[in-house]
Amino acid sequence: MARLVYLLPLLLFAAVAAYFAAPILQEKDPRLLPSAMIDKPVPAQSLPPLVSGKPGIDPASLTGEVRLVNFFASWCGPCRVEHPLLMEIGASGTVPLLGVNYKDAPAAAVNWLAQLGDPFERIGRDGDGRVAIDWGVYGVPETYVVDKAGRIQYRHVGPLSREAYRDIILPLVETLRGAGG
Amino acid sequence: MIAELGHFALALALCIAVVQSVLPLVGAARGDDILMSLARPAASGQFLAIAVAFGALTYGYVTSDFSILNVAQNSHSLKPMLYKVSGVWGNHEGSMILWVLILSLFGFAVAAFGNNLPASLRARVLSVQGMIGVGFLGFILLTSNPFERLNPAPLDGRDLNPLLQDPGLAFHPPMLYLGYVGFSMAFSFAVAALIEGRVDPAWARWVRPWTLAAWTALTAGITLGSWWAYYELGWGGWWYWDPVENASFMPWLAGTALLHSAIVVEKRDALKSWTILLAIITFGLSLMGTFLVRSGVLTSVHAFAVDPERGLFILGLLVVASGGGLILFAIRAPSMKLGGMFQPISREGGLIMNNLLLSVATATVFIGTLYPLFLDATTGEKVSVGPPFFNAAFVPVMMPLILLVAVGPMLAWKRGDLPGAMARLWVAAAVSIAAAAFVWSRQNDVALGPVIGFAFAGWLAGGAVTEWAERIALFRVPFSVSLSRALGLPRAAYGMTLAHFGLAIFICGAVADSFWRQEVVVNARQGETVSIAGYDLTLEKVERAQGPNYQTESAFIRVRRGGAEVATLVPERRFYPVQQMPTTEAAIHSTFLADLYAAIGEGGARDGWTVRVWHNPLVPWIWTGCLIMVAGGLVSLSDRRLRVGAPRRRVQPDQAAAPAGAD
Repeated sequence: MARLVYLLPLLLFAAVAAYFAAPILQEKDPRLLPSAMIDKPVPAQSLPPLVSGKPGIDPASLTGEVRLVNFFASWCGPCRVEHPLLMEIGASGTVPLLGVNYKDAPAAAVNWLAQLGDPFERIGRDGDGRVAIDWGVYGVPETYVVDKAGRIQYRHVGPLSREAYRDIILPLVETLRGAGG
Repeated sequence: MIAELGHFALALALCIAVVQSVLPLVGAARGDDILMSLARPAASGQFLAIAVAFGALTYGYVTSDFSILNVAQNSHSLKPMLYKVSGVWGNHEGSMILWVLILSLFGFAVAAFGNNLPASLRARVLSVQGMIGVGFLGFILLTSNPFERLNPAPLDGRDLNPLLQDPGLAFHPPMLYLGYVGFSMAFSFAVAALIEGRVDPAWARWVRPWTLAAWTALTAGITLGSWWAYYELGWGGWWYWDPVENASFMPWLAGTALLHSAIVVEKRDALKSWTILLAIITFGLSLMGTFLVRSGVLTSVHAFAVDPERGLFILGLLVVASGGGLILFAIRAPSMKLGGMFQPISREGGLIMNNLLLSVATATVFIGTLYPLFLDATTGEKVSVGPPFFNAAFVPVMMPLILLVAVGPMLAWKRGDLPGAMARLWVAAAVSIAAAAFVWSRQNDVALGPVIGFAFAGWLAGGAVTEWAERIALFRVPFSVSLSRALGLPRAAYGMTLAHFGLAIFICGAVADSFWRQEVVVNARQGETVSIAGYDLTLEKVERAQGPNYQTESAFIRVRRGGAEVATLVPERRFYPVQQMPTTEAAIHSTFLADLYAAIGEGGARDGWTVRVWHNPLVPWIWTGCLIMVAGGLVSLSDRRLRVGAPRRRVQPDQAAAPAGAD
């Protein structure tokens, strides 16, 4: 019986180690923060246009078709990382891509797009980041999948990777397109 | 060429470590002197090889050799030299090299100074130390090779994360690793003792100074890290209960317990199994810290790049080291001979209470840190346990401990006199009441928190001083006698007094800051004034400038108090183009009683700038308290009795003068 006491630390440690191993073995991404907004309609506020000749974003412009909405800012380093991929998505026409310029100086944002290219169909300006809060944005960049009914269906945190786009977002877009005619 | 040399040296170190971990162990089992004697040259050789590898990587950084992938990813030709060097350990691969360098340095120290250790114990300790080396060198060579080449080499590097380009953080990792890795000595000694099946008197004499050295370095490392977070992150706080902070705090708590239980082993030959278990746990927690930072199992502001493969490898090392140690413990510890007997009310009893409370504190932090992980694995829910949990759970555990810290050293070994000790602590009680009354009278609103906090701090400080005064019989014997006693006290005694006193100072700072901190956030245009805690701060101007590898906006804020100009604060907002990352450089006007802390955010001349100002009372006391604790550790380490290699004096003339025991 007394020997069991000496075995106790080992048993406790084994349990802790199992908990450590589980997320790694299941390849869970610890950065995956579930969004409280999933399956909710997009926020009702309209966002004014950023560049002349390209419309802003209002709730009506987010229905009828499955779309991606990307939150970006000119001051954000990771946005620069994902930008080439966004350019590809925009050029391919696979899925419409909308941009929301987050807490940014308009001139800086315009300049940024002029420099790196503009992949977006529409761009809304969220100067004080109020609307982004209603979307559930933690920080930029974030990318959302919005279904035909204008409901948020998926949230990607951080720069969009080719793998995430190919393996998660595209299949989801296909499923959502198939659903409900 | 130099990089290849470094890579080769690492491989060589791994080979030597394999030899070091196998042959001496076999030799010790067979009683073969020749095999056992291999341990010392192997430990020295391993250290030499790793030092060459570390030197090679440093050379790559200093000369900005961007054909090395690691240098290209983490350095830049324009970076100041200090950060070129600190860049070596500012990334995952390089920090692992530093880790094994320090590990082998400790092994080398045992080899060089371990003459007074029994040969078999020395061989086994070095062998265990070698095994840890094998694990981590293998980890580096298989998953994190810092010498990987990049072809073609880029024209310039990607620069070090600008948050890490800071003098405080340049020395934070080496100190922290000295602490983490230093506990590997206690671990190796513990495992060696379990293999031997007995705890030698030489064992405790060796474990204590090594643990003390590791503890001192870890204290300094955590302090530096906290200080850095305070002025660099621009949030005005100094401790966030962030998983990575907790990862370094848990070994500190366990190490503090180990430090105290090792005293009982050395003085009274008791608590042996418990001390061995603590040594295994402390090093296990150090490894867990390394694991948590690198695996991405928990998210944190200062986590390294997340890589599941590396995470799994370190987890494997953690399982082998801790699991192996605990298996040995389960097999061998029950048959260990029990030591000296003692009454519950005694120095030993006090130290056991200390260990109990510190263990509970460690468990509290452990549960708070890992609870999100447990919950996620069981229910899939993502939560974050924030400061409210830790403040509610941790503080109540520390309160009885603080009460005890003053009482414990007043008790005699074996059988103590509690009423007598309490009677002699009347000074501490008086200081405590005075501190509480002072705080009570100075407060505008009646808040109980700070009053209680300062009462505890006063009790602790008073207790530390009383114990010292008792020892030199201050005011009870002629002053000259007291003075000669004070000079004759062992340095270890002064170390304890300093460390306990430092803790009291730290508590004052922590309590004052958490209850009385004031914060103002305004959007200020040029010439506008904001007031806080009797200071008026005017935003004079904002200037742009170019640093060596960054652009900066500096705000000049004039500080007045009652019309008189006190200081000009110059907080900066830097932008590092290579990393595309902004950082804040807070400006702090520090008096000994408070910090006036300013940071600026985004803005422009037209709309104004976000200016955040904090008034943080007694924050300097936090660092002062920690530094006093570190000083206590160093003073105690310099004690002749603990100094490695120094011949032990048989007669200690001052011992007769100190009836309560040397420490």
